[in-house]
This record gives sequence, C-alpha cells and structure tokens, in this order.
Amino acid sequence: MTDTTVTHTSQMEPRPAGWRGIAADWASDQRAFKNVSWGKAMMWIFLLSDTFIFGCFLLSYMTARMSTRVPWPNPSEVFALRIGGSEIPLILIAIMTFVLISSSGTMAMAVNFGYRHDRRKTAILMLLTAALGATFVGMQAFEWTKLITEGVRPWGNPWGAAQFGSCFFMITGFHGTHVTIGVIFLIIVARKVWRGDFDTGRPGFFTSRRGRYENVEIMGLYWHFVDLVWVFIFAFFYLW
Amino acid sequence: MAEATANGLGQHALHATDAHDAAAVATTDTHQEHPIKLYLVVWAWLFILSTCSYLVDYFGIHGYLRWSLILIFMMLKAGLIVAVFMHMAWERLAMMYAIILPPILVLVFVTMMVFEADYTLLTRIAFFGPGP
Repeated sequence: MTDTTVTHTSQMEPRPAGWRGIAADWASDQRAFKNVSWGKAMMWIFLLSDTFIFGCFLLSYMTARMSTRVPWPNPSEVFALRIGGSEIPLILIAIMTFVLISSSGTMAMAVNFGYRHDRRKTAILMLLTAALGATFVGMQAFEWTKLITEGVRPWGNPWGAAQFGSCFFMITGFHGTHVTIGVIFLIIVARKVWRGDFDTGRPGFFTSRRGRYENVEIMGLYWHFVDLVWVFIFAFFYLW
Repeated sequence: MAEATANGLGQHALHATDAHDAAAVATTDTHQEHPIKLYLVVWAWLFILSTCSYLVDYFGIHGYLRWSLILIFMMLKAGLIVAVFMHMAWERLAMMYAIILPPILVLVFVTMMVFEADYTLLTRIAFFGPGP
C-alpha cells in the first residue's frame, strides 16, 4: 500500500504569479493541489458542496420571507428569554453563538498541539470541543422545546407568517444534525489521538489506512465549517 | 534537506522523506504550526464581533444601518474563521480560489430569487389583497 504521490513544490519549475500560475497548476496531466493531501482537499470539496446546501436553505428562507404578505414574526421577541423578571432579546442565541465560537477556538488549538505531537493536550482539547458542541445541541433542543410548546409548527405559528416555522425547523435542524455528527466524529478522533494511533501508524478500522496528525486538522476543518454556517444563520435568520 | 514551500508565511518546510520509509506516516504532512497566541487573538476578535452583532439587535437599530452592520460583522467573522482557524491563508492560491470562488456564484441565484419573490408577492397582493 503506497500513499498517493506528492508533487514536491521545490522540484517543479517556478510558476508565474497570479492567475497564470493558477492556470498552470490546473493545466496538463498533474495533481492540481500540489502540497495539499487528498484527505484535506476532499474535505474542502465536501465542505464546498455543503456550503451550497446551506446556501440553498438560506435562499429558500429569503424567498419565503420576501414573498409573504403576512408580516414575519420578530425573531428578537420570539427568541427572547425571561431572566430575572425582564425580557432579554435573543439571549439564548447569543450564548449559543459564544459556545460555538469557543468550541472553534479549542479545536484550532487542538490542531496546533496535534502537529506538535502532544497527544494528551490534543485529546483533551478535542474532548472539550465535543463537550461544547454537545452543550450547543442541548441548548438548541431547549429552544425547540420552548418554541413547540408556544405553538410553532412547520405550517403555522401564533405571531405571523406561516413559513417561519418551516424555515426555522429546517435550517436549525440541519445545522444541529451537523453539530451532532461533528461531536461523534470528534470523540472518535480524540480516542485515536489518545491511544496514539497517529504515532504508531495503526490502521484505521474502516479504511485500514494509517492516519496522521493531519487527520486532526481535517476533523477541525469540518468543525470550523459548522461554526461558519452558524455565523450565517445567526446573521440572516436571527438578526435580520 | 528540508524543502521550503512556495508560500512561506509560517508554513514549515515539508518534511523530507526518509529513504527506508517510503510509505511513512509523515510524508505529506504540511505542518501548520503557528503560535497559540494567534488563535487566542482571533478567538477574542470573534467574541468582540459576535457581541457587536448582538448589540445591533439589543439596541434595536433598524433599517439600512442594521442590515449593513449585520453583514459587515458576519463577513469579518466568516473571514477570520476561514483564513486563520481553517488555515486557508496559508494554502496554495489554486486551492484558495477553487474553494472560495464557487460560493460567490450563489449570489447569482440570490438575484434570481429576489426577482422571483417580488413577482410572487405582487401576484399574491393582486389576487388576495394586501394582507391581513
């Protein structure tokens, strides 16, 4: 079993700068992403396709919101929480945002310690990331429960345009699913790191290929993407 | 015998392959080693920007100011996450353009759907009246 061959950037003739360089990289029968491993390139391409999925969700939400005659429910009021006797607008969503950003921060540091082959710190930071992700999903479950008890359904709600419910459940549900899958994968990769799979070159159980610490970075790409999608959902669905 | 990568900027040299270890684990590792401080600074900025976008809602800013502020904070946050956390700033230009350009095409779709939504709204008003 051999790994894919790598075009070493130093052995190639120098490329022209800018667009001509890009054309030269893509042209002729060769590997387009020179020093990028396939695992990472494929994760990026998967994330690109996922971008289109979430892009289409937000687009359909925009279309629904623009084309309805009935006023759209005010998210600032819908997602307000009563804390200490006063209504604080959007507070739960703000906390969820901070939790997810923090998980992105710990993940970035886990990747860093992974490349330093610090197994212990990497695994602990990844598990911390997973814990923050699970917290996020828990808060989302709370939010769903609250809205459902208040009478929000995919076909209607007490405050305005009926499409509000379907857009909300579709977008946040799909995002929550992504977070949940991310948490599961984080735990799997953290276990591998902890056990030292990437130091001993132990074959993976599904692909029977040897992993490297780059796997932590690839996992991180997925996790940061989940955070990235939330940035757009927060702006367009909750704040707009 | 370390080989310098074309785009320097903190990206460490590709590790030279050991002759006996052709299928070695570390052959293609392009190490992304940056000081932890960089991540902490970006983390802090993401917190600040999120707080700012929350305050836009908290203080009830409305109209074009609200929308432009939301979009600015959103793009800054997205840029920081992609560039630093996802290490896109240190990737090869061919890779960057392959990933970042296609999503921009979604804007074409957005334009189409804006016209479509306006048309639908117009039709609804024409048939059902201006709404409850």
